Amino acid sequence: MRASRASMTGLAYLAPAALLMALFTYYPAIVTVFHSLFSTAKANRPSRFIALDNYRYMLDDPIFWKAMHNNILFAIGTIPTSVAIALVMALWVNKKMAGRSFLRMAYFTPTILPMVAVANIWIFLYAPQIGPFSRAASLFGFGHVNFLGSQATALPALMVVGIWKEAGFFMIFYLAALQNIPPNLSDAAAIEGASRWYFFRRVVFPLMLPTTMFILVNAIVNAFRMVDQVIVMTQGGPDNATALLLYYIYQTSFSYWDTSYAAALSVVLLMILAILAFTQFGLMEKRVHYR
Amino acid sequence: MIGTPNTPWLETAGAWLLAGLWILPLAYAFWAAFHAPGDATSLRLASPIVLDNFHYVWKVAPFPTYFLNTFMLVTLILVVQLVLATLAGFAFARYDFPFKNIIFGTILLQLMIVPEALMVENYRTINFFGLNDSILGMAVPYFASAFGIFLMRQTFKSIPKELDDAAVVEGATSVQVLWRVYVPLARPTLLAYGLVSVSYHWNNFLWPLIVSNSVDSRPLTVGLQVFSSVDQGINWSFISAATLLSVAPLLIAFLLFQKQFVQSFLRAGIR
Repeated sequence: MRASRASMTGLAYLAPAALLMALFTYYPAIVTVFHSLFSTAKANRPSRFIALDNYRYMLDDPIFWKAMHNNILFAIGTIPTSVAIALVMALWVNKKMAGRSFLRMAYFTPTILPMVAVANIWIFLYAPQIGPFSRAASLFGFGHVNFLGSQATALPALMVVGIWKEAGFFMIFYLAALQNIPPNLSDAAAIEGASRWYFFRRVVFPLMLPTTMFILVNAIVNAFRMVDQVIVMTQGGPDNATALLLYYIYQTSFSYWDTSYAAALSVVLLMILAILAFTQFGLMEKRVHYR
Repeated sequence: MIGTPNTPWLETAGAWLLAGLWILPLAYAFWAAFHAPGDATSLRLASPIVLDNFHYVWKVAPFPTYFLNTFMLVTLILVVQLVLATLAGFAFARYDFPFKNIIFGTILLQLMIVPEALMVENYRTINFFGLNDSILGMAVPYFASAFGIFLMRQTFKSIPKELDDAAVVEGATSVQVLWRVYVPLARPTLLAYGLVSVSYHWNNFLWPLIVSNSVDSRPLTVGLQVFSSVDQGINWSFISAATLLSVAPLLIAFLLFQKQFVQSFLRAGIR
């Protein structure tokens, strides 16, 4: 009797959080899958069951493929660079260097600013003719490039912003990992006369691998949830050159009001996230075995 | 002398160059915000520093309302998140109930679902409850955080059980034990989680953009977007001033409590 009363108390503590989570995470996740099997209700036509038609339509939808393609390009264009920069930043900030705390602040500041604000500043930097990038381009004889307005440069321009914003965030995870390296390792290496590069390659870098894996998976997740910057800077344009998956879902749902198709697109996004999450669990499992 | 004996000067120079590059966009925004629109893009050092842009922005757009909305949104989410995560974390750390592990695993599943992927259905739910265009509608999907629950459970589990046994012997009720023994000891975790939550929701954009459709409910991020894309045409001085205005509280807090911020982000992991 006592035991069951205790378990009732436990359930009572849990109930408010569980209820809200069910309502705003599990219910919508299930219903999204359900709705993706129906057509969107129109004024003259109610919603009806269409099985996998939304998904069949998706396979032939050039904008969907464009968005996926852009997302993958965005991931490839930003992640290796920002992770490499993050590692270099962390190595620097971890050293006894003049003005270390200023450096750390400078690297980390973009991370805490809202993407909307940051995007506004970058629109300014990219502005044709008056912006510094355009001026530099014309100085080198490229004429006044409209970075956000032309197909070839719009996505790379967003990538630069992404790298700038994320590198400082990843830096702190490397920094924590670097601070966990026992100092006697570097002492031993110094006694053995190992060069700094050798020490980095054979000791520091291998020790950073689990952190790198962790950062990589999270960076890919971030690449697929990237949307603020697209809304503020390009609205997916020009001609879908910067349409990313989440932006396309947003557009389909809240501009075209085709909520069923948006649900099908959301299911694809959820599946990508699930695959990434299981990859991460798998990697963590491995890490445990190493110890 | 640049650099200490440990670091070659070339590396120090590289580190500073990168820092300069990283701070440049912000510096440029500062320049534009504090100069007359005509001087914004000229970079003539002699151009006079003015505060008119801030005046103008504050007067012409409802920034006070935006500030208030963001403040209410962030506070509401923070308070409810902390309370719910504390209660649920306590339940998982100190109570046994049927299906406990299955429920915990199910809650952790939320970690892999980014809330944006569910916006279509959540918008339907918000409308169903009549919460469209309200601060509560913007806040409620974030109230129950798997991450917060996980964090509190771990923290509570690390607290020795003898402490609360002693309190129970003295006749304390379960709520009193939680409030007097567990919560005070979990203060560092609560603080870390709080900092991450505040900076996440201060910056959050897409969901508030979807839910709000009037001045009365818009938070800063959405207001800033409306100001720069609709109200303003292209006047970089005004846009920069508005941008700096909306990031100022967070930026100042960050500069003052840099260490705590960095540590909180580390402790709280990715979210």
